[in-house]
Amino acid sequence: MVSFSEVTIMAMIEAKNLWKEYGENIVLEQVNVNVEEGEFITIVGTSGCGKSTFLRLLLGVEKATRGELTLDGKIFPDEPDQQRGIVFQRYSVFPHLTVLKNTILALEFQQSRFLGKLFGQQRDDAEQQAKSILDSVGLSHALHQYPHQLSGGMQQRLAIAQALIRKPRILLLDEPFGALDPGIRTDMHDLILKLWKDTGITIFMITHDLKEGFYLGTRLWVFDKIRLDPHNPNRFGACITYDIDVGKTDSSLYQDIDHSLDTSRKVLVQ
Amino acid sequence: MNQYPGTQLKVILGMLPFVLILIIYMMASNARLAENPNDKLLPSFNKMGDAIDKLALQPSKRSGEYLFWEDTASSLTRLGLGVGISALIGLAFGIFNGVIPYARANLAPIITFISLIPPLAVLPILFIVFGLGELSKVVLIAFGITPFLMRDLQGKVLELPDEQLIKAQTLGASTWLVILRIVLPQILPRLLESLRLSLGAAWLFLIAAEAIASTDGLGYRIFLVRRYLAMDIILPYVLWITFLAFSTDYLLKIISERFFPWFHSAK
Repeated sequence: MVSFSEVTIMAMIEAKNLWKEYGENIVLEQVNVNVEEGEFITIVGTSGCGKSTFLRLLLGVEKATRGELTLDGKIFPDEPDQQRGIVFQRYSVFPHLTVLKNTILALEFQQSRFLGKLFGQQRDDAEQQAKSILDSVGLSHALHQYPHQLSGGMQQRLAIAQALIRKPRILLLDEPFGALDPGIRTDMHDLILKLWKDTGITIFMITHDLKEGFYLGTRLWVFDKIRLDPHNPNRFGACITYDIDVGKTDSSLYQDIDHSLDTSRKVLVQ
Repeated sequence: MNQYPGTQLKVILGMLPFVLILIIYMMASNARLAENPNDKLLPSFNKMGDAIDKLALQPSKRSGEYLFWEDTASSLTRLGLGVGISALIGLAFGIFNGVIPYARANLAPIITFISLIPPLAVLPILFIVFGLGELSKVVLIAFGITPFLMRDLQGKVLELPDEQLIKAQTLGASTWLVILRIVLPQILPRLLESLRLSLGAAWLFLIAAEAIASTDGLGYRIFLVRRYLAMDIILPYVLWITFLAFSTDYLLKIISERFFPWFHSAK
């Protein structure tokens, strides 16, 4: 069961027959997909099914083995840059800087190419900008604390503020709430939806929680292997097996996906 | 295994071996001195006090200098220079190799090779090349601990999570800015940690170099007076060197805790 969204001329990101292999191991095969500006895509799939690899392709730390991945019709830049912000599950913030300094860092990188540090008026401006974004993620009370003094949820809030301050076009979230308690996770969902609506940014979010994938965002992708060889699980790669507009779904589809993920999980995770 | 001493008892237990050693020394010293008042092997504390008084508080008859303090100053200068130079080179290469894969591929093998050369084996070469002056002693210390620092710091850089370096790039940092703002400040407390570990080796090379060719210094002095079996000088000097080693270690620890609080509380 493979469905592709309609090809539109205005697609921001396009994957054409994308393959990613590491030697004998095929991770992704025949990924064909279009993404328009402002979509919020949640990605689910069993571990080892290429979700993270796809995100790394979008980030520019991996290159496709075959096929094309384009941004506005041009091949993706092959090094991370400020167009694409990222929040990882862990280690996304810098332990040696306070909350405020973590946040102005991106502005310092932008405005001071040699020292990477701002002084005087420029610094005041940067701090104002940082304070307003920290306010929007609910961290204005912790400006001068170090990350180790923050809870896991607050650290992720900081990571999001940090990623958004330079207004990237794309925000990549790699299981950002995976290590958080359920209650805090709900707060984070509200936060990310609010930021997405306010900024109109394009979001890709990997999650291992199918419910989270269904609840957040406008579109859900399931990465899975269509062909499975139990004796050689890496013989075939994964592709996008479900591509669903969230909101137009019913519970039987949820059951279907859940069941199909279970089947590959049994083969892939021994 | 599950019984813990209280704070007070812990201090007493910790001091106990020191007290025991002192008592045993005093008993042995008294016994030997009772038999032969001129015995040099285990001098009494009075004798040691006199010897240090002569070296530390009275100017030398020959040069008018206070030998004890002169020795301390020369040794600490050599140690400071050697360790300081090593720290700078180690930091530069450690970061460079850790961050840039091409540099690592190019330099890591030669650094490993150099680190395996026993430093004391090249001491004659250093004496020939750099002469018998200050330079060869400083170079010996640097040669002895720099390769360790380079390798250790390279490893520490590689231990920084990849996520951090990727994140910095998505915030618009160039390689230079990643080094300056992300890697360097996080490596500095780790440098202090590595320096504390390498201080023991630095003292070893310092004393070895001073013993072989020098005209002053703590190591020079104890090897000089060895000829006269002057245990009354050697023993206080050894204690003094131990105290200096302890102080430098403690100082580095304090500096690290003062300037890098995030490093110590995050652990």
